[in-house]
Amino acid sequence: MNQEEYVPIYLNISQCVGCTACMQRCPTEAIRIRGGKAAVMRERCVACGECIRVCPHHAMEARVDRLDQVLGKYKYTIALPAQALYGQFPGIKTRSPVLEGLRRMGFDEVFEVATAAEVVSAATHYELAHGSIPHPILTTVCPVVLRLVRIRFPSLLPHLLNYRSPMEMAARWSRQLASRKTGLAPEDIGCVYISPCPAKCASIQDSIGTLKTALNGIVSVAEVAPRLQAVMDGIEDEESFPHSGAAGVGWAISGGQAAAVGESNNVVASGMENLIRILEALEDGKLSSVELVELSACTPGCVGGALTVENPFIAAARLRKMMQGFGPSVPVSDCPVEDMRWEKTPAPSQVLRLDEDLSRAMEKMDRIRALADSLPGMNCGACGAPSCKAFAEDAVTGRGHGARCVFRPDTPEHEVL
Amino acid sequence: MVREYTVYGNDFVRAGEVSGKIKTILKGLGYPPEMIRRAAITTYEAEMNMVIHADGGRVRASFSPEEVVLVFADQGPGIADLNLAMQAGWSTASETARQLGFGGGMGLPNIRRYSDALDIDTKVGTGTTLTITIRPGGRNL
Ligand SMILES: Nc1ncnc2c1ncn2[C@@H]1O[C@H](COP(=O)(O)OP(=O)(O)OP(=O)(O)O)[C@@H](O)[C@H]1O
Ligand code: SF4
Ligand SMILES: [Mg+2]
Repeated sequence: MNQEEYVPIYLNISQCVGCTACMQRCPTEAIRIRGGKAAVMRERCVACGECIRVCPHHAMEARVDRLDQVLGKYKYTIALPAQALYGQFPGIKTRSPVLEGLRRMGFDEVFEVATAAEVVSAATHYELAHGSIPHPILTTVCPVVLRLVRIRFPSLLPHLLNYRSPMEMAARWSRQLASRKTGLAPEDIGCVYISPCPAKCASIQDSIGTLKTALNGIVSVAEVAPRLQAVMDGIEDEESFPHSGAAGVGWAISGGQAAAVGESNNVVASGMENLIRILEALEDGKLSSVELVELSACTPGCVGGALTVENPFIAAARLRKMMQGFGPSVPVSDCPVEDMRWEKTPAPSQVLRLDEDLSRAMEKMDRIRALADSLPGMNCGACGAPSCKAFAEDAVTGRGHGARCVFRPDTPEHEVL
Repeated sequence: MVREYTVYGNDFVRAGEVSGKIKTILKGLGYPPEMIRRAAITTYEAEMNMVIHADGGRVRASFSPEEVVLVFADQGPGIADLNLAMQAGWSTASETARQLGFGGGMGLPNIRRYSDALDIDTKVGTGTTLTITIRPGGRNL
């Protein structure tokens, strides 16, 4: 896929009525209403999934694969379930029905992302003590954080934990093991992640630290959960075959990563607004005595991802209970740890910059302010922009497409340009 | 380009808003990230000092391609011994401010460390004016 054109969120045009719900809620002001339909500005989208959650018409969708597209495409297919998947089912006490159910659905093998999370946790523990990343280290498992830092907090880029995510490591690791076991060529093995969120999908398409993803597909928890439910009957609900311990599974709940890493001098926050506040504080130098900052866009962590089905707090409670029955993690050998570090250094994104030339940027900023001051300041959204300020910005930067303020119809955008 | 703001004394709900606005401007104008970080730290500390020690004041920020000049002017109590105030760990912050996590005595030392030029004009009973200059490609963190 062409990365330049990649938009993580996809609009089902016929279902969209242009109601502005998504636009008003988007935390990065990446949505406009044009010609009565929502339009996502690719370069500003952080793929948090807020629009998917709030759209009353279910017109916003994540770009994910469908199960039938990935099952049967490879000679051998491995399911990589996100930890959040285990918390989706009211009727089970352990994760066994989930893991066994995935096989029944047609996967040849199941490899827990939680297992890879435990390896990443151990590496992070070591990094904190011996690595060269300036503290506080900012965790990067939530791709929304990564995208937001590139766009709005580029000065924090050096603080990012430059490790591949557990999902990416799980794909590399399980493919290697499966290739050895089956004798199949690595390219005949498909690794499919079962994702709680659209950001994870976006992160394989335009990955920030990884040059080429090892994943072959991403399907949503929302699609998998009901299909799993249907095949779970009769599977023994007892902890059985080798599994990750609670440390790896706990990553699904905010705070779980810091706990697994074993760093108590941490700040943990979840939800877009809190996340932005913490990044502001980091930028202002307020958290200089903290060692680790764990942020997730969803509350309370990935169990609240936009592609899950269960209520996030119920799922979290269920997962916690499930984790009490876990034994210690069963070590899986031969994790390709030498392959854990990003091979790319993320560059700052320039989307917030008004112009390449500083003097021209200043002129534009003055014009934006003058125009915004002349608008009613109601932020009503009728013009198709989320705020009067955004309308003014669009007009001056030429993004406006001729939209008008309903209170000042005498001011079509092209006149103020 | 020039912007002016008011900082409100002892108002911990608004505290940080002015430095937030200045950061948004710096990002919109496209200054380099390392400079934004230094500007963020220095403006935040200077703003908080006006909130905590000086019952508020005014901020004037001038932006040009060569430098950003931030003037924080207050009519507070002034600083009696500036050498002492510039020392790391020295603070007269009130009990309330300390309970809110301020009063480490690190604000002024950090402002000096992260700025490219710093001028402090202070007189007991009259007020304090800090002039902070930050240049792209200046001092590194
Ligand atoms: N604008 C000001 N007006 C009056 N006194 C000030 C002002 N700014 C600083 N001071 C004095 O200088 C001292 C040192 O300031 P500094 O910012 O270094 O530390 P602090 O504000 O006490 O603590 P911190 O900044 O770590 O929260 C203050 O405690 C106060 O006595
Ligand atoms: S918190 Fe988890 S589920 Fe939510 S966007 Fe981030 S990675 Fe995805
Ligand atoms: Mg201070």
